[in-house]
Amino acid sequence: MPSEKMLMNGSHVVAEAAVRAGCRYYFGYPITPQNELPEYLSARMPEIGGTFIQGESEIASINMVLGASVAGGRAMTSSSSPGVSLKQEGISYMAGMELPGVIINMMRGGPGLGNIAPSAADYFQATRGGGHGDYRTPVLAPGGSQELADLTFVAFDIADKYRTPVMLLGDGLMGQVMEPVVFPDFINLEDLPKKDWILDGCKGREPRALFSLLLGQDGQLYKHNLHLQEKYDQITANELRWETKTQDEDEMIIVAYGTAARIAESAIEELRAEGLNVGLFRPITLWPYPMAALRELASKVSKVAVFELSMGQMVEDVVLSVGDRAEIHFYGLPGGIIPTPADVADFLRSASRGDGKVGRRIDV
Amino acid sequence: MSAEAAYKKIFGFPESLKDNPTHYCPGCGHSIAHRLVAECLDEMNLREETIGVPPVGCAVLAYNYFNFDMVEAPHGRALAVATGIKRVHPDKLVLTYQGDGDLAAIGTAETIHAANRGERISTIFINNAIYGMTGGQMAPTTTLGQNATTTPGGRDQRLHGNPIDISQMLAVSNGVVYVERCALTTIKQINRAKKAIKKSFRCQLDDLGFSLVELLSPCPTNWKISPKDAWKWVNEEMVKTYPLGVIKDITGYEDKK
Repeated sequence: MPSEKMLMNGSHVVAEAAVRAGCRYYFGYPITPQNELPEYLSARMPEIGGTFIQGESEIASINMVLGASVAGGRAMTSSSSPGVSLKQEGISYMAGMELPGVIINMMRGGPGLGNIAPSAADYFQATRGGGHGDYRTPVLAPGGSQELADLTFVAFDIADKYRTPVMLLGDGLMGQVMEPVVFPDFINLEDLPKKDWILDGCKGREPRALFSLLLGQDGQLYKHNLHLQEKYDQITANELRWETKTQDEDEMIIVAYGTAARIAESAIEELRAEGLNVGLFRPITLWPYPMAALRELASKVSKVAVFELSMGQMVEDVVLSVGDRAEIHFYGLPGGIIPTPADVADFLRSASRGDGKVGRRIDV
Repeated sequence: MSAEAAYKKIFGFPESLKDNPTHYCPGCGHSIAHRLVAECLDEMNLREETIGVPPVGCAVLAYNYFNFDMVEAPHGRALAVATGIKRVHPDKLVLTYQGDGDLAAIGTAETIHAANRGERISTIFINNAIYGMTGGQMAPTTTLGQNATTTPGGRDQRLHGNPIDISQMLAVSNGVVYVERCALTTIKQINRAKKAIKKSFRCQLDDLGFSLVELLSPCPTNWKISPKDAWKWVNEEMVKTYPLGVIKDITGYEDKK
């Protein structure tokens, strides 16, 4: 049975959702603004026979996830931007070794230590690989607390189904805000498909080895990368997620994800009262990016506005999706400042007029 | 009387080793260390209960030789990976097999903290005082005066820092129950090493805490001397920086003499 409606902090929401999704192994290192997540699990994991370890570093923590995953457990780590940079080594190895695992990034301002305010400046890192090598990480971008819960379940399922690390990309606002949420029911661990590749001692079978060093002279690495690409093609075909809120009268659509999309929604309401009709396109998977859906939508309007809590990262995927089918306007703010709906409304009015006063036109 | 009844097999190829030729150089200690680990697992009937974590370094391909479950760890992270495994399978034997660069340079933090948590893991630490796989650069354990490709003229304390005695450092932690240093360069020491490895496995099975066996191991290729001289160098020079013997033992086990 799903839970009662509960009022919870966003970091607690992810933690409880992970437990209900079958996560029994959590490893993490403290960093603001997501400390409530490990704190919650430090008490919750022992209650359900799970493991919580505060690692000595982000690097150790992601490698503990790697170990728990290779041993067959549903494992997770969480952090915020600077910490997620440190985890990239482990994520690359997990991608290469085809190990499932969930990584939570509650983004904060950067580069470097940046600040602890909400930001969305890790889009490139999340969607373009982050670590070294030819791999992709599925990235889920929740729009609020209910999706933090729901997409945590999805993250574990995609991770297991495709044997890949999966990232849940939230931000400091989402990690701190309290909202009502209804949790899906606990999954039964026994119901999960059996993993025939894990290491649990070779009793009654041949020993298994998992590794990412592929020195074979017969094109071993070449073939492995082709295999990974096939898997990424399947994920792209099967796992795209997005939300649209549009109507026939829309002259423009705004593309935004996560917290930015919620601010944009408020702006849209304000503008409808003025007679300016703007639709919303909210990608939920950032990789794979819902390109075809956006392209189709863009072909029905004259302008596409892009709004990000960064100086312009996702806009590159919008350009790849839309091309010259519509005018593309961009407005972004660096980390540390949470824009108001009024700021976004000003941008949309300016984009509608095409006067370039707020944001900028992207020349494709 | 049948042949089977008349003869008792007392020596053979360990089941815990695969019958593959190794890539190790002539005179290298890895082959001996592999064999010792395999013999111990066989004699303790643990092969099917074991999950091993090899390092990045010369032993990175150890899964081609060990005949039990293994997972390659990123460089230095073996004990973090092993921690994850052990927490999922507390009833299995989890061992790491790591070189000096892996364990005492890039993985120092993972090593110290896993040991200090008292993870129920056995670590086999191969100290050859040099980076083997990359071609003879300075290791954290390179001794003062020793030549490496990045210490031209010999390791100089002021320029390159001191050789690190990680086993001594680990021994001060309350999570660590047993640390012993042996060499792979005399028959007596090889026999001693085997006993130490068995004891380390026993500590883990008895849920006592973390244990480590350091094995001084010759690397004639990168020391640029003959195998015979490499053995001699371990026995006469290397032991001055890394004295052999039990460094810590709070197991309470009574050793059979």
